[in-house]
Amino acid sequence: MAFPQPKPEAPKLPQHLLRTLDCKQGAIRAVRFNADGNYLMTCGSDKTLRLWSVTRGTLLKTYSGHGYEVLDVDGSYDNSQLCSCSSDKTVILWDVATGQVTRKLRGHAGKVNCVQFNEEATVMLSGSIDGSVRCWDTRSRRPEPIQILDEARDSVSSLKVSEHELLTGSVDGKVRRYDLRMGQLHVDFVSSPITCVCFSQDGQCTLSSSLDSTVRLLDKSTGELLGEYTGHKNTGYKLDCCLSSKDTHVVSCSEDGHVYYWDLVEGSLSLKLPVGKAVVQSLSFHPTEPCLLTAIEGRVQVWGAEPEDTEKDD
Amino acid sequence: MASDSDSEEDFVTYGTPLEPLEEDEPLRKPIPIQDQTVKDEKGRFKRFHGAFTGGFSAGYFNSVGSKEGWTPSTFVSSRQQKAEKQMSRPEDFMDEEDLSEHGIAPSEITTTDNFASGRRDQIRDKACAITSLTAPIPGDTLLEDLVAPARTSVGVELLRKMGWKEGQGVGPRLKRKPAKQKTDTGVRMYGCALPPNGSEESEEEEDEYIPENVTFAPKDVTPVDFTPKDDLHGLGYRGLNPQQALMGSSGSGHINLFTLDSDRTSSLLGDFGPRSKRRGGVSGQAFGVGALEEEDDDIYHRDALSNYDTMLGGEEPGDGLYGWTAPQEYGKKKKASDKDAAYIGKILEGFTLATKSMDNKTVYPPPVLPRDYRPVHYFRPVLDPSTVSPQVALALQASVGHMPQDSQPKGRHQLDASQRRELLGESSLQGPRSVFDLLDGKDKERLEGIRKAAEEKKTSESSSEDRRAAMVAAGVAAASAAAAKASSQQALSSRFQPTGAEQALSAWSSPTAHSAQTFKPFEKNPHKQARYDMYISKLRQGDKDALECSLDSTMTEWERSREREEFIRAAMLYKPSNSSLSSRFTRGKQEDDSNTVEVPRDQEGDVDDKQAAVKMKMFGKLTRDTFEWHPDKLLCKRFNIPDPYPGSGLVGLPKVKRDKFSVFNFLTIADNSSAVNRMADGPSQNEPPVKHAGTPKSAEPIKKSRWDVSAQASEGRTPSVEQQQPQQKEDEEEEESRPSMDLFKAIFASSSDEKSSSSSEGEILKEMKDSPVQSGSTAVPPQAQTEEEEFGPRLPPPAYPWAEHASSSIPSTREVKHKKKCKEKHKAKKDHKHKKEKKHKKKHKKHKHKGKQKKKKAEEASSSSDGSEDSDSDTDDGPGALSTEELLKRLKTLGGKKLR
Repeated sequence: MAFPQPKPEAPKLPQHLLRTLDCKQGAIRAVRFNADGNYLMTCGSDKTLRLWSVTRGTLLKTYSGHGYEVLDVDGSYDNSQLCSCSSDKTVILWDVATGQVTRKLRGHAGKVNCVQFNEEATVMLSGSIDGSVRCWDTRSRRPEPIQILDEARDSVSSLKVSEHELLTGSVDGKVRRYDLRMGQLHVDFVSSPITCVCFSQDGQCTLSSSLDSTVRLLDKSTGELLGEYTGHKNTGYKLDCCLSSKDTHVVSCSEDGHVYYWDLVEGSLSLKLPVGKAVVQSLSFHPTEPCLLTAIEGRVQVWGAEPEDTEKDD
Repeated sequence: MASDSDSEEDFVTYGTPLEPLEEDEPLRKPIPIQDQTVKDEKGRFKRFHGAFTGGFSAGYFNSVGSKEGWTPSTFVSSRQQKAEKQMSRPEDFMDEEDLSEHGIAPSEITTTDNFASGRRDQIRDKACAITSLTAPIPGDTLLEDLVAPARTSVGVELLRKMGWKEGQGVGPRLKRKPAKQKTDTGVRMYGCALPPNGSEESEEEEDEYIPENVTFAPKDVTPVDFTPKDDLHGLGYRGLNPQQALMGSSGSGHINLFTLDSDRTSSLLGDFGPRSKRRGGVSGQAFGVGALEEEDDDIYHRDALSNYDTMLGGEEPGDGLYGWTAPQEYGKKKKASDKDAAYIGKILEGFTLATKSMDNKTVYPPPVLPRDYRPVHYFRPVLDPSTVSPQVALALQASVGHMPQDSQPKGRHQLDASQRRELLGESSLQGPRSVFDLLDGKDKERLEGIRKAAEEKKTSESSSEDRRAAMVAAGVAAASAAAAKASSQQALSSRFQPTGAEQALSAWSSPTAHSAQTFKPFEKNPHKQARYDMYISKLRQGDKDALECSLDSTMTEWERSREREEFIRAAMLYKPSNSSLSSRFTRGKQEDDSNTVEVPRDQEGDVDDKQAAVKMKMFGKLTRDTFEWHPDKLLCKRFNIPDPYPGSGLVGLPKVKRDKFSVFNFLTIADNSSAVNRMADGPSQNEPPVKHAGTPKSAEPIKKSRWDVSAQASEGRTPSVEQQQPQQKEDEEEEESRPSMDLFKAIFASSSDEKSSSSSEGEILKEMKDSPVQSGSTAVPPQAQTEEEEFGPRLPPPAYPWAEHASSSIPSTREVKHKKKCKEKHKAKKDHKHKKEKKHKKKHKKHKHKGKQKKKKAEEASSSSDGSEDSDSDTDDGPGALSTEELLKRLKTLGGKKLR
């Protein structure tokens, strides 16, 4: 197993609240870093999408055009485009600078849970409650998707794209990995509805959180269980999980208002970070630095490894 | 006057003196105006005097004289030489420049009058006077004077020798003076005052007695001066005549700008001799009467309207200047004036109306249209008997008497071989014409008998019955004999007869088809008609290859294929009228009665095994399925990845056809294992995997119990779940007492249909609204929540009053409430969790003999995963809160059971 060796010194976990953004856009359904981690996007239940500066905490732009609450967003590698999905069954491709809708894609039969660009932002992949993943071409004006992956038996709750792979987590309790290069579909049965899936940074493992309050680390190639992380509470809601930027820790939201950090190898709980009293719905780990975003109700909090001069108000 | 002092200091200098130039300093600035010097041709400085005093200075420094001063050097007087009276000429006081070309007295050689013809040329003077009017500077004829020839021309000399005198016209002498020009008797309405009429004086001259035998020289004519138009005035406009204006021509009160030139000219001409008495001074109405004027009668001239022209046109330009063209012009005057008068608008000077009217272009009228002509072309419908319905064709036949087909001569290709033969008058080929001829008489008769038997069915009997039958029989025999050939044709015909043949077959073989054949499309060709009849009859019998059989095998391939098409089309169009109704409906393209459905080729492994594996945490091979999956070509391209299956048209999972058996196969992909999968998945969404510890067999009772509710459920309850018991019970009872209406709804409304689900979830919504905290969260779409119940994880709690959270430090009453609610919720969730944990433990303990309890737990778990909300809501709103999704699930499992 090519796991990164844990560093001798304990890696710093983002546990100091740097700032709180009151987004004023209803419940924050998802918070995401952009590709380089300088900006963050928040999906509001008031149908808007907002772009913020992480370091200053200022609102940069509001993107409105969705007809219902926005559920997920992703930024392209060059920060020129955003894609977002919404309960209005649409996927929208945005121009970052102008805030205009570049393309609005309809086709899903239900609300769209998750959306991702591929590496070159040539394809948008969206997973919907209708159990399908649709691959939308951003290069052409074709209103139909390139391909529809309808293997899921139930709602597709989470979706991640790597260079040549597509990882989907579905409520039917299966993690599906579409390998485009090999032309194969690997289905891993987890049995409990999957809420979130992600690749590890080294691309060797997949992480999946399910509604049995368990986060599982599976080997990508064989499907073997490498680690199981429990202790948090995730029974009803679609909560996010992720790996830290150095693959040292597994991070997950919890319904008890905390964020849980587990050591990836040992599987032990490293930190239980209190965020608020409500459900921590979404989180996003900085691509390179120990910095974490959490979304709870209408607020987004930025957590860093080192406390800043700003006062802590939690 | 400058003094004669030598010193220059005495000169007055004006302005500030310039600073002396330093040698080093290069001149940068342009020389200012005051420094600019002018030198004369000899290089001497010239001083500028000012424009009014003669320009540049002359003499010696602006003075007369010389450097030596002013000395009257010319005055000499002595005893011997007396001072002469010296006549000084103007030139003596002029500078040399003045005598140069551009000076005031240029000393050039010019012609003088001395060398001109001694006698003044009156005519020329007149012409000059006239041209002076039009000259750029009126009155200036200087140039012409200068340019005048020095001597009379040879022509003039000759004329003189012939007796011509100046002032006379050229030509034979006339008896009488030619008719006086009646120039000015006509309308004269321009202007305010009546201008003097020069011709009046001449009239007076003419009035004197003219002796009969005296001939006169013809009157001289003034040459026409064609003056080029070089001014910017409008055509026909002449500027002020200075002679009239200033000289004050007699009688004219004021200058009349708009009198015709002819008038002016004539006055000029007339004026030549007796000049008007009034000269000089400006006179006229506008200027009053000057001191020099003797008459003041015109001062109070009253202007009358009658002096003005009240109509346009009608003015006759009698200018008298027609010159050489005059006689002709005058002769035609009357006529022309008529025409001109008829012409509306002023005719410009020098123009007359054309005498010859332009010859009209002959315009040929368009052809006269017939009365019933309609300017729309429509194509006369070509009545091909094979394209009209029989009724129409019959009607046409009746009315016209013939079908268009027979009216048009038959083309070569429309004839068959026998017809052509007949046309050419050839005898039929000797020898066996077809295989039929090779048969012996008995066989022939037998065949004929069969044929006749078949023919009897037909009601249509034509006169050529026998012959037809024979023909057809021959065809049949040939077809049967040349079976191999037919089979090859079959392949061909399959190309040529597409769906049409089948449609024709279906139309004719249907029970509604009438036996009565009303129309014979090929009546003109009995052979063909016979074949067609046979085809139809076979169609009636439902013969699949009726067409091939009924075609004449002796015909060429091309003819056959042609006839094949004709027959099919005819059969299609002339099918019994009853079936016209059915023609309104098309056949389904796909057969929808096939009992198959497409399912993925590769099957997933047994879910129960997987469940077990998951429980044992034996992830890996047991829980993994690998399928062949074909990404779309374009997707690969976009991902910069070579297509893993180049050349395969497949996209997605390879599919195979499977039987479909029930409506539930549409809800989930239907095959046994997937149905099982489905069943297992349904609960698995909501249960921890431990629940399914039992053997695969136990799964069914579990499922069954899940839907066959209460009895079993209530008995198998473990103490750990008893706290939930009342609520659970309620649930189950609701489910029992549910009216069947909802069941139908659930069946007929698809589960993914949001409308139905949202409507059915209205109660929950209501319940949510009841709680004060939730009321603030109505912004959250209820739909999303309701869907989540079906599809798994929900979105976290609804948007709380964000505004208040913004100022989170100050807890408002509302927030307190909210918190309370949250706590409650959490408690509920915790309860679930506890339950689950307990269950886990229990599971491990009494793994085997749990049976019914397990199923009960499954129930609970499902309810818990269905959402804490569910449990909350269900407790609150009592009976009637069963969702359609629940029912649907039940139905599905029922279906699944059936499958098993």
